[in-house]
Amino acid sequence: MMGKNGKLIPILTVLAVIVAIWYVCVVWLNAPFEYDQAQRNDIELTFGEMVSNTMAQKRPVLPAVHQVFEEIWNTTVLKKVTSKRSLIYHAWITLSVTLLGFVMGGILGILLSVGIVHNKAMDKSVMPWVITSQTIPILAIAPMIIVVLNAIGFSGLIPKAFIATYLSFFPIVVGMVKGLRSPDQAQLDLMRTYNASKSQLFWKLRWPSSMPYLFTSLKVAVAAALVGAIVAELPTGAVAGLGARMLAGSYYGQTIQIWSALFVAAIVAAGLVIIVGILHNYVLGRMGQLDGQGTREADA
Amino acid sequence: MNIFIYAIVFWLAAWALNQYLVKQSYDVVMTRVVNVFVPLLFGVTLLVLWEGATRGFEIPKILLPPPSMIWERITNSLPILWVDFKQTFLHAVLIGYVIGCGSGFIVALLIDRSPFLKRGLLPLGNFVAALPIIGVAPIMVMWFGFDWQSKAAVVIIMTFFPMLVNTVQGLATSGHMERDLMRTYASSWGQTLLKLRLPCAMPFIFNALKINSTLAMIGAIVAEFFGTPTVGMGFRISTEVGRLNVDMVWAEIAVAALAGSTFYGIIALIEKNVTFWHPSQRV
Repeated sequence: MMGKNGKLIPILTVLAVIVAIWYVCVVWLNAPFEYDQAQRNDIELTFGEMVSNTMAQKRPVLPAVHQVFEEIWNTTVLKKVTSKRSLIYHAWITLSVTLLGFVMGGILGILLSVGIVHNKAMDKSVMPWVITSQTIPILAIAPMIIVVLNAIGFSGLIPKAFIATYLSFFPIVVGMVKGLRSPDQAQLDLMRTYNASKSQLFWKLRWPSSMPYLFTSLKVAVAAALVGAIVAELPTGAVAGLGARMLAGSYYGQTIQIWSALFVAAIVAAGLVIIVGILHNYVLGRMGQLDGQGTREADA
Repeated sequence: MNIFIYAIVFWLAAWALNQYLVKQSYDVVMTRVVNVFVPLLFGVTLLVLWEGATRGFEIPKILLPPPSMIWERITNSLPILWVDFKQTFLHAVLIGYVIGCGSGFIVALLIDRSPFLKRGLLPLGNFVAALPIIGVAPIMVMWFGFDWQSKAAVVIIMTFFPMLVNTVQGLATSGHMERDLMRTYASSWGQTLLKLRLPCAMPFIFNALKINSTLAMIGAIVAEFFGTPTVGMGFRISTEVGRLNVDMVWAEIAVAALAGSTFYGIIALIEKNVTFWHPSQRV
């Protein structure tokens, strides 16, 4: 995506503009505090001093980009992985919840979509509720599910993974239903003339032709699973994980900590999406479908 | 236990009825009725199973209250629910949604005039749309205070990017032939936009509006977990969970679900009337 000719320069330009705007905002938002401090200590601040001070505050309103990266560097490379202050430790906890939820959501989504495609009653009755389930702000139930499951004796990963599952199964159901139905009538008829059984029809025609749709929806689903995992960490009272880091940061006014957790979450999200994208290319490449009709249809 | 067996029997009967209903062929009107009835029956079945399971197995009310008890709680605490609804939905969600979608749309129109910006911003917008943006909630609460303004800010950020990306994509969908035709009419940029490209972009724009309706609800409720005045749906959920008033939590969730689905439904209805020409809307 990034390597395509003619895209890199515009992207870098826009990024540079965003960073520049960020620094202007840093000065603008953090300046009142500096002037306030200077007035209290009876010091005259020159403009240059003020600007450099705003970028080195301990609890800035908006931390500068380099401060955030410094914090990330300090809490990843310079800290032991086992330390509770290591962001790698927290990111790993969030990532394991994400992956567990993503796998469960993937299996649930695929099973549901197979049922929906093969059973008309299920199509008519379940599908509208699958869609409705997403119009419900499900994350609202997150604290509920966590507390209830804790009360029955489930704790640790599983309750959090349920929330990630809930968010990630939907795109997969929608994508897979579309994908499993993508073979056209001529292909279905051909399978009939071969006297193919229902399972042969499924494994030899429907399943392969749904692959481009599956991977496109997996990309959406993995990002959704991460959001679910982060939110699921909030009600457990800031114990561990990236969401917990954000909550703890907001309790104690540690803006740099919030931003660094946010950046790491973004990096994790990007990494996951890129990994699914690589798998996408690999599988479709092996199937000889790369840049074929299916991919384009599914991406559109 | 008996009650649960009745519920199972009800479920089997409903399932059989649904199986039977979808196998028949109907005229146009009846098809519509069946299309509404079948999922409705399925929903009712879920409620009956829920009620049967909680009563039959005598599940403690703290874990999972039966639907009847939740309904009772809803009817008993309408004033609280209304105040929370006003705070979360009417203020944070609606205002944030309108500003977020509106600004996304306007920025998309501006970007559309510059191919350079389009190539630079679109991949970034796609990237940002995949990020856990909900994480900015604590920062917004810190900047804009505990009241609904900070929640609206979270909603604005969450809804902005899907709208931006979808509108830019939608504006690119009109074909070359059609645009050439507009050129032969000597129509200006604005005329082409209004008469050709915006109508073409409508399916994409409504797609974003629908995605955003859910995102906005989630954003506002989750942002309330990070700090609120003592009112709001997210606040009520997190505090009542702590006090183990589970029926109140479910009442809030029911209200949120109703508000979310109604919001979505209204947008889908408008979409149906605006993009009646689109293949996906024709039956």
